[in-house]
Amino acid sequence: MIELKSLTKKYGSFTAVDNIDLSVPDGELFGFLGPNGAGKTTTLRMIAGILQPTAGSIHLAGIDLATDPLAAKSRLGFIPDRPFIYEKLTGAEFLRFVAGLYGQDGDKVEHRARELMALFDLEEWGDELVESYSHGMRQKLIISSAFIHRPQVIVVDEPMVGLDPKAARILKDLFREYVRRGHTIMMSTHTLEVAETLCDRIAIIQHGKIRAVGTISDLRAESTGGGGLEEIFLKLTGERAARDAMEVLDA
Amino acid sequence: MRWKCSMPSGMGSPGLLHVLSPKFLATKARPLGKTDNRSGRLILFVLIGAIFWIFVFGLLYRLLKYFRGIPEIGALLAAKLLGLMFISLFGILILSNVVTALSSFFLAKDLDLLVAAPVDWLRLYGAKLLETTAHSSWMVVLVATPVLTAYGISYEGGILYPLVAAGAIIPFLIIPAAIGSAVTLLLVNIFPARRTRDILSVIAILAAAGIVLIFRLVRPERLARPEGFRSLVEFISLLRTPTSPWMPSEWAAQSIMTWLRRDPEILSFYLLWSTAAFVVVLGALLHRWLYARGFSKSQESGERWVRQGSLGRMVARLLTPWGVMRRELVLKEMRLFFRDTTQWSQLILLTVLVVVYVFNIKFLPLRGEGVTFFLANVIPFVNLILAGFVLASIAARFIFPGISLEGRTLWLLRSSPLEMRQLLWSKFWVGTIPLLALALILVFATDILLQVSGFMMMVSIFTITMMTFAIAGLALGFGALFPKFNTENAAQIPTSFGGLVLMMASVVLIGLVIVLEARPVYQYVGARYMKVEGDPIAMWFGFGGATLICLAATFVPIRIAVQRMKELER
Repeated sequence: MIELKSLTKKYGSFTAVDNIDLSVPDGELFGFLGPNGAGKTTTLRMIAGILQPTAGSIHLAGIDLATDPLAAKSRLGFIPDRPFIYEKLTGAEFLRFVAGLYGQDGDKVEHRARELMALFDLEEWGDELVESYSHGMRQKLIISSAFIHRPQVIVVDEPMVGLDPKAARILKDLFREYVRRGHTIMMSTHTLEVAETLCDRIAIIQHGKIRAVGTISDLRAESTGGGGLEEIFLKLTGERAARDAMEVLDA
Repeated sequence: MRWKCSMPSGMGSPGLLHVLSPKFLATKARPLGKTDNRSGRLILFVLIGAIFWIFVFGLLYRLLKYFRGIPEIGALLAAKLLGLMFISLFGILILSNVVTALSSFFLAKDLDLLVAAPVDWLRLYGAKLLETTAHSSWMVVLVATPVLTAYGISYEGGILYPLVAAGAIIPFLIIPAAIGSAVTLLLVNIFPARRTRDILSVIAILAAAGIVLIFRLVRPERLARPEGFRSLVEFISLLRTPTSPWMPSEWAAQSIMTWLRRDPEILSFYLLWSTAAFVVVLGALLHRWLYARGFSKSQESGERWVRQGSLGRMVARLLTPWGVMRRELVLKEMRLFFRDTTQWSQLILLTVLVVVYVFNIKFLPLRGEGVTFFLANVIPFVNLILAGFVLASIAARFIFPGISLEGRTLWLLRSSPLEMRQLLWSKFWVGTIPLLALALILVFATDILLQVSGFMMMVSIFTITMMTFAIAGLALGFGALFPKFNTENAAQIPTSFGGLVLMMASVVLIGLVIVLEARPVYQYVGARYMKVEGDPIAMWFGFGGATLICLAATFVPIRIAVQRMKELER
C-alpha cells in the first residue's frame, strides 16, 4: 500500500509537486499520467526515497518513509526511467548485488535471478558485462532487479521505454500477476494504451497537482466527453490536439 | 568507404564555424553556470596559475641570464635547452592527441547528431581536428608561455618576437594533432574504439612509467659533474649537433633561437608550416577514406566476457561474517576497480613512483662526514612527510573519486534500505586497507634503508598508520562534499577543485602531525644522546595531539559525508 499525504516538493520558488493526496491499496496497479514536466518523476522519486519532500508524508506498506526509511525501503522495488547501472558488473552480479542491498543472498537469490533473467530472455547474457547490453536489455535487467528481493510495493517510471513487444507483453503479464497476489504497483507512463489496459485506477497530474483520479469510467465521467483515454487526457490537461500540428506543418 | 555528398536543392552543408558553435557556446556559458564557489575557484585557479608562471619564468630567466654570461657556449646551451623542451612537449602532444582524438572523433556525445546530419566530411574533420588540438594543447601552451617569455626577455627578442613565437608554436601544435588523429583513426579501424581506449590507457601509463623509471635509473645528477666531460671541444661539438634534425621540435626551437640570435632562418618556418599543411591534408584524406568505417566500428559495444576471479571468491568467503550487504558492497567496489582498465592501469604508475621513491632514499648520502646523529634522526620525519604526500596523491586518485563514480547509480543505493553510513564505511575500508599496506611497506622499507633506531621505527609506523586513516577519511569526505557526478572521464575527478582542496587539506594535516611530533621526539632523542632523562609529558602531549587530529580527520569528514549523502537528491 502507498499513501501520500499533502506531498509537496519545491525547487526554490518552483513547486514541482503541489500538495498531493493519494492512496494506492494492496492489490492495485495504479497509473500516473501527465504531460512532460507535470511532476510524475519527482513524485515517484520521492516515494523511492531519492528526493526529500518539502512537506507531507509518504507511507509504504504502512511504514512512514521519513521516520523509518530503511524499513520502508526494504519493502520497495524501484524502476527508474533511465537505466544507468554499473557497466563493469555482469548481469548476474548486478542482480546479486541488488539482492545483497536488501540483505538477501544464497540459493534462493540465485534461483530467482536465473528465473527472472530467463523470463526476459537474458539468461545467455548473465555472465556478460552490462556495458555490452543494449538499452532494452538494461531496462529488462533493472526490471528484474526490482523483483529480486520480492518487494511489497513497486514504483516504476516509464517501464515500456526500450522494450521489444515480447518483453513489453511479459512485463504487463508480470505486473498483473504481481498485483493479483496482493502487491501494489504505481506506474508512470506516456503510453496511454498501456495505462488503459493495465491500470486499475489512474491519476492525471498537471503542474504538480492531481487533476483527476479514478477508474477509466470515473475519468470519462469527469471529462464529460467520453471517448478513449487519449481524449480524456487531452481534455483534462487542456493540451492542444492534433489539429495544431497541421498548422505547424503548413507554416 | 568514401563519403558522397548530394544535397537536396536549397540545403547546404553547415559551415565549419556552425559545426563548432556548440563548443564556443558551451565554453561561453560555463563560467555563467550555477556552480558552487565559482568565484572562489576562479581566484584559486588564477592564483595557482600566476604562482606557477612566475616560478617558471623566474627560474628560466635566471638560468638564461647566466647562460648569456658565458661566451660561445651560452647561446648553444640555451638553444639545446629549448630543443630538449620542445622534443619533450612533442612527445607529450603526440600521446595526448591520440587519446583526445579517440574521444572527439569517435566517442563524443555530439557525434550521433553530427554524423546523422548532412555535415560535409571535410568540415567534420576540420571541426574535430580543431577540437582535438585545443583540448590536448592548452596545457602545453600554458607551460610554454612563461618559458618563451623568459627567452624573449633575456635575449631581447623585440616587438615582433611574440609573432615569431606564435608562428613557430601554431604549426608545432597542429602537426602532432593531425598525426595523433590519424593514428587514432587507423587504430579504431583495427580495434573497436572502446578496446582502443583500454589499450591506449595502458600504453600511455606504461610509457609514462617507463620514462620516469629510465630517467631515474640514469641518475642525471651524475652527468652534471665536471669530470664527465673529456674536453671542451667535445662538449661544444655535442651542443652544436642538432638533437633531432628531422623533428618539428627542432625546427620550432631553431625558428625561435635564430630570431633571438639576430640571424633569422626562414627554412625552419617553411619546414614547420609545410609539414603542418602536409599532415593535415594527409589526415583529411585518411579521414575521407576510413572515418565512416571506423565510426561504425566504434559504435560496437564494449567488452562482453569477464573472468570470474579466485580473489573475488576468497574475499567473498572472508567477508561473509560481516553480513550480506557489506560483502556485496566490497565485492562490487573491487570488481568495478579491477575491470576498469583506466583505473587499475594507474597502479603501474604508482608502483614505479614507489620504486623511484625507495630508490632515491637508497642513494641518499647519509653516511660519512657531516651527517650528524640528529640529521640521521630528522631524515625519518622528512621521509614521513614525503610518504604522506605519496599517500595523499594516491588517496586523491583512488578514494576521492569513489562517491562521484556512484553518481549515475545513486538511484539504486538511495532507493534501497542501505544506510549511507554503511556505503561510506565500505568505501573507506576498501580504500584504506591497500593504502595502509602500501604505507607500512613504504615506511618500513625506507626506514630499514635509512638504518633508523628502533624508537624512530616505532614512531614512523605509528604516525603513518594514523595519517593513512586520516588521509583516507579526508579523501572520502571531500569526495562527498565536492562530487563530480556527470563526468565522462574518471581520470578528471582527482584534478577537480575538490581534489585540489583535498591535497591542500592533506598537506595541512601532515604538517600539523609532524610539527606536533617532531619536537618531543627531537627532545627525547637528544636526551638519550646526552644520556639524560627525557620529558614524558611533552611526548604525551605531542603524540596525543597528533592522534586526536588524525582521529578527528578520519571521523569528522566521514560524518559530514554521511550527512551530505543523506541530503543529496539525485
